[in-house]
Amino acid sequence: MSAPKAVVIAGPGTNRDPDTAYALERAGADASIRLISDLADDPSALRSASIAVVAGGFSHGDALGAGRLLALDLETALSDHLGAFVDNGGLLLGICNGFQVLTRAGLLPGSLTHNEAGRFVCDWVELDVVPDSVCIWTEGINGPIHSPIAHGEGRWVHDDPTTLAANGHIALRYLGTNPNGSVDGVAGVCDTTGRVLGLMPHPENHVVSRQHPKAGRVDPDAHLGLHLFRNAVERSRG
Amino acid sequence: MVQDYRLTIRSTSPDPRAEAIHRTAGHLGLICPVGLAVADVLHLRGDLTNEHLEILANALVDSRTQTSSWAIPEGTAVEVCALPGVTDAAAAALLHLSAVLDIPVSAAASGRRYEFPADTGPDVVATLIHRLLSNPVVETWSYGTAQPSLEIETLPVSPATTIDITNLDADELEALSRERGLALDVEELQVIAAHFAELGREPTDVELETLAQTWSEHCAHKTFRATIDLLDGNGLVVDHREPLLDTLRRCTEDIAAPFVRSAFDGNAGVVEFDQGITIALKAETHNHPSAIEPFGGANTGVGGVIRDVLGMAHRPTAITDILCFGPDDLPLDQVPDGALHPSRIADGVIDGVADYGNKIGLPTVAGAVVRHPAYTTNPLVFAGCIGTSRNWQQQRGPHPGDRTVLLGGRTGRDGIRGATFSSLTMDATTGSVAGASVQIGNPITEKLLIDALIGAEHLYSAITDCGAGGLSSAVGEMAEDVGADVELDRVPLKYAGLEAWEIWLSEAQERMVVAVPAESMTELEQRCRRHGVEMTDIGHFTGDGRLIVRHGGTPVVDISTRFLHDGRPRRHLMATVPNPNRVDTERAGVDPSVALLALLAHPNLNSREPILRRYDHEIGGATLGRPIIGIERDAPADAALLAAPADSTGIAIGIGVNPLHGLADPERMGWSVVDEAIRNVVAVGADPDRIALLDNFSFGDPRRLATLGDLVAAVDGCTQAARSFSAPFVSGKDSLNNEYTGPDGHRHAVPPTLVITAVAHVPDLTHRPTPTLQAPDNLIVLTGTTGIHFGGSHLDEVLGQPSDAHGSVPAPDANAPARYRALHACIRAGLVQACHDLAEGGLAVALAEMCIAGRLGVSLSALGHDDAITGLFSESCGRHLIEVSSEHLAQVRALIPESTVLGRVTAEPVMQLPGGTQIELAALVTAHTGRGVQSV
Repeated sequence: MSAPKAVVIAGPGTNRDPDTAYALERAGADASIRLISDLADDPSALRSASIAVVAGGFSHGDALGAGRLLALDLETALSDHLGAFVDNGGLLLGICNGFQVLTRAGLLPGSLTHNEAGRFVCDWVELDVVPDSVCIWTEGINGPIHSPIAHGEGRWVHDDPTTLAANGHIALRYLGTNPNGSVDGVAGVCDTTGRVLGLMPHPENHVVSRQHPKAGRVDPDAHLGLHLFRNAVERSRG
Repeated sequence: MVQDYRLTIRSTSPDPRAEAIHRTAGHLGLICPVGLAVADVLHLRGDLTNEHLEILANALVDSRTQTSSWAIPEGTAVEVCALPGVTDAAAAALLHLSAVLDIPVSAAASGRRYEFPADTGPDVVATLIHRLLSNPVVETWSYGTAQPSLEIETLPVSPATTIDITNLDADELEALSRERGLALDVEELQVIAAHFAELGREPTDVELETLAQTWSEHCAHKTFRATIDLLDGNGLVVDHREPLLDTLRRCTEDIAAPFVRSAFDGNAGVVEFDQGITIALKAETHNHPSAIEPFGGANTGVGGVIRDVLGMAHRPTAITDILCFGPDDLPLDQVPDGALHPSRIADGVIDGVADYGNKIGLPTVAGAVVRHPAYTTNPLVFAGCIGTSRNWQQQRGPHPGDRTVLLGGRTGRDGIRGATFSSLTMDATTGSVAGASVQIGNPITEKLLIDALIGAEHLYSAITDCGAGGLSSAVGEMAEDVGADVELDRVPLKYAGLEAWEIWLSEAQERMVVAVPAESMTELEQRCRRHGVEMTDIGHFTGDGRLIVRHGGTPVVDISTRFLHDGRPRRHLMATVPNPNRVDTERAGVDPSVALLALLAHPNLNSREPILRRYDHEIGGATLGRPIIGIERDAPADAALLAAPADSTGIAIGIGVNPLHGLADPERMGWSVVDEAIRNVVAVGADPDRIALLDNFSFGDPRRLATLGDLVAAVDGCTQAARSFSAPFVSGKDSLNNEYTGPDGHRHAVPPTLVITAVAHVPDLTHRPTPTLQAPDNLIVLTGTTGIHFGGSHLDEVLGQPSDAHGSVPAPDANAPARYRALHACIRAGLVQACHDLAEGGLAVALAEMCIAGRLGVSLSALGHDDAITGLFSESCGRHLIEVSSEHLAQVRALIPESTVLGRVTAEPVMQLPGGTQIELAALVTAHTGRGVQSV
């Protein structure tokens, strides 16, 4: 069986695109990094892919608000293609800045704003996988996922998180400390189809056990962020 | 009709920036009214309809978290915006957004609005603006509302002028140097005058400025290239010294390490530990800019050192930062005129490092923070970068005929004369007159440069960054062996109206110069277009050995590159050798638990967690050894360890710095900081035989005999250590003239500060010890020998004793190299469960940090010295603490003869010392972190 194709979508200032491509490769995908401008010129890479990830970073330097300008680029250049990609069963993920982009572009519910503490924070967090979520990316993952976070605008807010949760759109919650003040400790949300997920933490930076800061005292394999990418690859293989 | 509009955007929940202002104001003892709010303001100019405004507001404002208004706001407020020409990323983004949305906006600017309760007194507002809310070096502020100049006034460009110097006498030359801020001495100006007299003409202003930049202390390292007479206490010459740079270079040549690919040549050193994979390494200072505009100074310092690595055609992979500030709790009235409070400097510098590193996407993995009153007005900011490459070949160009190509950011009036500015001492007026020397960086522009240039190495024959001196240094250095002919009219400008010398000298950020064979131009253009990098052909390399710079076709510089680079007269300096106290003196009457808790809380030793959390140290997924470690991630690590998920070997980065040792005994400090950097990398598994070093000296004015004597001593100490460890220096940088002339007329120098960065090979990632204690009943073993070394110690610091009063700074340990090799063998054999180096605060602090990291206790029966206080707090070199399981003890002792079992690890969370002293782990954690214990 051939490896499913995955596209890592990048723009000016995206910086975790290589990490994301590596995670996808490690999960068994055939991944390539494409700039939004590349995809606008030639959308075939997106058409032939079954997985797409808007990678993290500081697109356009976060000027005028995190993700705002890249969301505009995405909507201007790729809106129809991205819509078709999801409608045709593609799996779309936005990580950190990519999550900010997808909420700004209206593909995911809620907004992301400045961390409650008012500062960028880099740390490791534990993520509870919400069991009754409709999210395909997190489907069947039991143990908490451990991942680093690195963001200044990661506080997710929404007017009605209860209904979202009831409908299974909350996919991931912070276990223990809520690092940014997100409503209900939400770390990741999905759309109504369950195929589009956004999250602030960086599962792409926990794909081998030695990346875990407490390797030796916990069993990192049970908590790898890689599980998310494996799920997507398995699902794409049908 | 074209008119100006302004959009005020407010956060619906409390703006975290307002809370930060309250916090900082409280810290500084300033009155800050409850209810102070912060808003963003966007200014734009254009012929806009109501529909345009609605589209813009919808695109710019998140209605879930923000409100906005196009109305002119009222009320008690202050608005701040960037001075004309200072980088305004939000304005650039606003123009981009308007273009995408097809809205005719012709100019934009951004600002901040501080809204005060109506009853706030004018004094309170004025003090907050002055101390906290605005920096006049890069910003302007107004009461009420501000109207930024949306377009920069274009001044008529005057042609290059000639400056009559050939007939000036010594006094007149000195006056000329002072008036123009050339930072050249009379002898140098006389050589220049004679050169032009021989040519039968006067120099142009551009030529004179070019020479001043190229011959500046910053670029030419005149002190390190000077011959030196050493004087004794009676002023008699006792020795003649070769230049310090020669001492450092000879040290590297004599060590002849096989892994060195390039040392002291080009922008960075290059080593090759794994065959086919090279590492470029460099550390830089950005001290003076950080003193007057901390955010921008540190920001562009990081940007500059990243370009140094890019300038060796290596992909930057990680950043380091070593920061020296004045006391955080300095009373406001003790901050000299024209200086910022140390806490404001620290906040700005840390934000500046974080902003650049986080945005460009490089992990900040290693560093240190040092506090000392002498850094109050002259903070030190050392930024380092490493990068990697596969199959790197040293660039051989430029070749005659290659195009001279400028890449990256546009050129403005920013950063003019930075090289000469940093070569002068500072005084109370520095902030206002040197405004143009400081810039705010744009990390995304530099990220795009990296994206465009890495992988394009086959398209250029030479590359260098545009740093201090701007194009004059970059093109001047590249043209050294061939000559160049460039046209300034082609340089893309941020705004019109720059004079020739301004374009040539501008230190506008995020620019690189490459030499490109004509046949490669098209491919490079395509790459640059894809990545959104501006690329400009400004001329070519000629082969005739002349540097010709034109403006509108007319030459404004026409000098031989030989004179530019080799014409400078060598300096001859004098120095008095320091005579440090080296009498071993014990310390008596010290309560160990009181001293230990005070040490853990000392600003140089307490947890750097609050700073490190602001840096992304995880990006890339390669940071296996993090700067903060332990099961609660709040204890300090020894060194960073980098290895990408697919790598089988790693790179360790360790830092050594100790200005207290420097004040007491600069020569021994030179040794001790090399030893410290090496101890640190060995502790995380590095091979002691594959270590490369960087040296960064920040000292005072070298024309003072004692200061130069300290520098000579430090160079001697660090080169002796490097030879002993066979660890070569591959690059270095000196920053001298770190002094401040106060309003009292007295000059204040920084302590002799030498930062050593060790970059080392970790051959095997199987066993990666950290200071984290692993399991009860394991043994605690001290490796090395403890002497009575309290000179410049942190124990003296917390006891309040002047550190140079008595006692000796740690002496060189001749057995250390062999012992580190033995320790490395133990680590590779899997015999070492935890490992920590002993440094400031000695054994007691190291042990406490291991307990904090592992949230375990220890019970000790020995301290490695008969005198308990010496055993606990002496700072002797060459020592580690290791955790060993009892069945491995015999093997460890066989490999490391100088090892002493001190005690064992306990589950009980207490540090138990011989003689009955007990210190609760909870107390250690609280002292170290300033917080209560979360979990034990």
